[in-house]
Amino acid sequence: MIDNQEFMVEAYPRELTQNPLRKIWMPCKNGHIVHRRVCMTNCPTLIVTVGLPARGKTYISKKLTRYLNWIGVPTKEFNVGQYRRECLKIYKSFEFFRPDNEEGLKIRRQCALSALNDVRQYLSVEGGQVAVFDATNTTRDRRKTIIMFAEQNGYRVFFVESVCEDPEVIAQNIVQVKLGNPDYIDCNSDEAIKDFMKRIKCYESSYQPLDEVLDRDLSYIKIMDVGRRYLVNRVVDHVQSRIVYYLMNIHITPRSIYLCRHGESDLNIKGRIGGDSGLSDRGKEFAKRLRNFLQEQNIKNLKVWTSQMKRTIQTAEILGVSYEQWKSLNEIDAGVCEEMMYEEIQERYPLEFALRDQDKYRYRYPKGESYEDLVQRLEPVIMELERQENVLVICHQAVLRCLLAYFLDKTADELPYLKCPLHTVLKLTPVAYGNTQTFDLTAFSPCDPQLSQEAPS
Amino acid sequence: MLPYLHLQNSNYHLNDLCTYYDASSECCFPFHYVCCELWPWQMAKDKPSVLLSYVSMLRTPKSGSGVLHRMELPQLEHARLRRHDSAASVPQFCNSPTMIVMVGLPARGKTYISKKLTRYLNWIGVPTKMFNVGQYRREAVKIYKNFEFFKPDNEEAMKIRKACAAAALKDVALYFTKEQGQVAVFDATNTTRERRAIILSFAMEMGYKVFFVESICDDPEIIAENIKQVKFGSPDYADRDIDEAMEDFIQRIDCYRASYMPIDDEKDRKLSYIKIFDVGSRYLVNRVQDHIQSRIVYYLMNIHVTPRSIYLSRHGESELNLLGRIGGDTGLSPRGQKYASALATFIKGQKISDLKVWTSHMKRTVQTAEALGVQYEQWKALNEIDAGVCEELTYEEIQENFPEEFALRDQDKYRYRYPKGESYEDLVHRLEPVIMELERQENVLVICHQAVMRCLLAYFLDKPADELPYLRCPLHTVLKLTPIAYGCKVESFFLNIEAVNTHRERPMNVNVSRKTEEALQTVPDHI
Repeated sequence: MIDNQEFMVEAYPRELTQNPLRKIWMPCKNGHIVHRRVCMTNCPTLIVTVGLPARGKTYISKKLTRYLNWIGVPTKEFNVGQYRRECLKIYKSFEFFRPDNEEGLKIRRQCALSALNDVRQYLSVEGGQVAVFDATNTTRDRRKTIIMFAEQNGYRVFFVESVCEDPEVIAQNIVQVKLGNPDYIDCNSDEAIKDFMKRIKCYESSYQPLDEVLDRDLSYIKIMDVGRRYLVNRVVDHVQSRIVYYLMNIHITPRSIYLCRHGESDLNIKGRIGGDSGLSDRGKEFAKRLRNFLQEQNIKNLKVWTSQMKRTIQTAEILGVSYEQWKSLNEIDAGVCEEMMYEEIQERYPLEFALRDQDKYRYRYPKGESYEDLVQRLEPVIMELERQENVLVICHQAVLRCLLAYFLDKTADELPYLKCPLHTVLKLTPVAYGNTQTFDLTAFSPCDPQLSQEAPS
Repeated sequence: MLPYLHLQNSNYHLNDLCTYYDASSECCFPFHYVCCELWPWQMAKDKPSVLLSYVSMLRTPKSGSGVLHRMELPQLEHARLRRHDSAASVPQFCNSPTMIVMVGLPARGKTYISKKLTRYLNWIGVPTKMFNVGQYRREAVKIYKNFEFFKPDNEEAMKIRKACAAAALKDVALYFTKEQGQVAVFDATNTTRERRAIILSFAMEMGYKVFFVESICDDPEIIAENIKQVKFGSPDYADRDIDEAMEDFIQRIDCYRASYMPIDDEKDRKLSYIKIFDVGSRYLVNRVQDHIQSRIVYYLMNIHVTPRSIYLSRHGESELNLLGRIGGDTGLSPRGQKYASALATFIKGQKISDLKVWTSHMKRTVQTAEALGVQYEQWKALNEIDAGVCEELTYEEIQENFPEEFALRDQDKYRYRYPKGESYEDLVHRLEPVIMELERQENVLVICHQAVMRCLLAYFLDKPADELPYLRCPLHTVLKLTPIAYGCKVESFFLNIEAVNTHRERPMNVNVSRKTEEALQTVPDHI
């Protein structure tokens, strides 16, 4: 959605001109395009995590930040533990976190304030829209400080509390994430686990969870038992509603996502973009190899998704399994440039060709789409991918770039240049690595490294 | 004369079959549309090869020799096992049918939620039906005397009420098995664990998923407002005066109160449910099992009951409108400009607080909004339907260049997709986020296009897919929609600026073999 500034004094209707890059009609004043803001919310939002250690707060913070940035909401996370590590340099033991350790408390308070300062810098000065304040924030006092800070600065606050009492889940968390943590770099596993459990104990006695009655005027979501149950209170705007929907759809069950393009198509061979052609012989060969590859991988309950274009459907057909078609997975619409070769585009539309190179993410083909449009249309696919477990997505180059950018947290500038060659399967497996969920990316080329004729784009 | 087969009662669309492998020529058929007429006694299942041959002739119109070629379709077996029956733009993700079971005391908005949810699910393409047990009771007990019927110790009445619930459950089963329904909304108080246990075992036996929606509210003002808005109009109180009715209804609620056992967060932790507190200020969601339940939860969490109005209008008349051409991205004609000013005056006159204005990315809607002199937001999702190869053509030119496309469109205008373009069905999926945001918002003016406006209108007025593409959305007319009771009040304001008519009715002859005059029979006048 795009906003237009209000012009009470100007004569209306204003002249419209179409931004040549984005193909968006904007009012112009004396030939200059009026500056506009893209925004989803009016005031910035401060998301505040709440919960004992090892409850997945940082996991959620990072994932949420990645998602919001991908859909175009500038978001940044602020992990108070990081600030503490910078301040303290060396972590000795859990004693730092004891509730009676005055020195410790002072430092921790300072770190929180320092982080809030940076939040203010990000939201009010740098034009960020959402800041994720990742810390335990387990006392009502600490949360009050944050609420006051937000009020002073005109931010909306949304709490995300993670509550979990399942000892197995907590133990898993600790093993997966804490052991790799800089705090425990010189400890052996058993020592580390023991220390961490004691650390959690330090917080437990003073933990005041968000209360249904006392906190009834706050906006929050309480996530219980890793997503089995949610309590949602006072969602006030669009961004909070989207955040809630997202948080309710993610899970941590181990699974893998396979991404690949259709097999080589007839138009690929001719070096033409877009269109709706069928597979070439090499493309069909790829599909057969893909089938063997999948059988070897022995994937439980694999779902297969394709677009509604012939080449992805044909690829899936050769696999011999049932699949779902998504129109949203269709390749980017190149509008008037459909089925042209890059040389032809350069010849017939040199200006367009140049504009595309200037800002490939936002550039919209005349009567077509931009990568930015693609991201918006792929959002339901991402949401469903989050809900699902093992999935193979057979799609197209531009689409694959967008999906990959979501999983690998690539920026809008990098997205249109991600490498997505034909006849290569990308296997993404979520891996907790020092508090981040990154993806182990394995590229499989089930075919011999024959280069297809397609032009680089 | 081409042989015809009726697909009407088959379990799948032509689309499904036709994405399959044609082993003889090793190619697949990409799909633009459904709808084909074939021999009436040959169901697709029995003669799949015939079906495909016919399709191949459609795809290559010049080949029409009328001879059907048999083709081998080894994959067709597994095709029938495919989950979804439509080639909608989004997979439907429904395996087993789902029962949504309402829970709550009377006057807590259960029927309001049921109807709204049913309307939404049907609009996005999930066949849904509502079963209101109160209706069954009214049919069983022709005349409602008073609240005594609902007293917990009234054995006779209890028997009847139980029988009604059972009858409704039976109809739910029929809906799922005979009518290919996917979601059934079971609207009743279901306030006792016993009643809910009966429903759960019924569902388990039949293989249905169950999702409970409980509405909890103790705010006396809200309840009184509810009673006023919906109960007074109820057949139960047709000849009662307002105070009597209110009195009686309150006692009716009391009858349920004593035995009301809300869903228990401990005992019922294995169930899937959402609890809605105080008309949406708080929600408790437990064990969402699948995609459809996740969508339902998202929808329920976005709707509200604050009074507001939604204004729908098309852009002012455009230059292409005058020429009878579809699509494109032109500016307003002089009359269109006049409409934009008239719209500004009209809106000011309505004195709407905090109005949001939305347009598409196309010049004609943006120009219309400009005349209002207020802030507006552009949504690409509100762009007009993409007519693909037919963009900027007149209907006459479409008939000349693509006569079978034109005919196929008349056969099933909702599902018909323009070559390299979109269908109304695609539009609905594209508009879903717009609808979701409209639900969240309060007063909004949406300036859009004919096909888009038809889709939005169909959502608000609960029009089915075959009526949707023929809804009347003339230029220079504002529709004001105000939610009221269980539905929507529509007021139409023609702002007195003449414009061309762009509405084309379905012609009598929709056969691919029809004559040009028959095809152009309903095309509106233009320059």
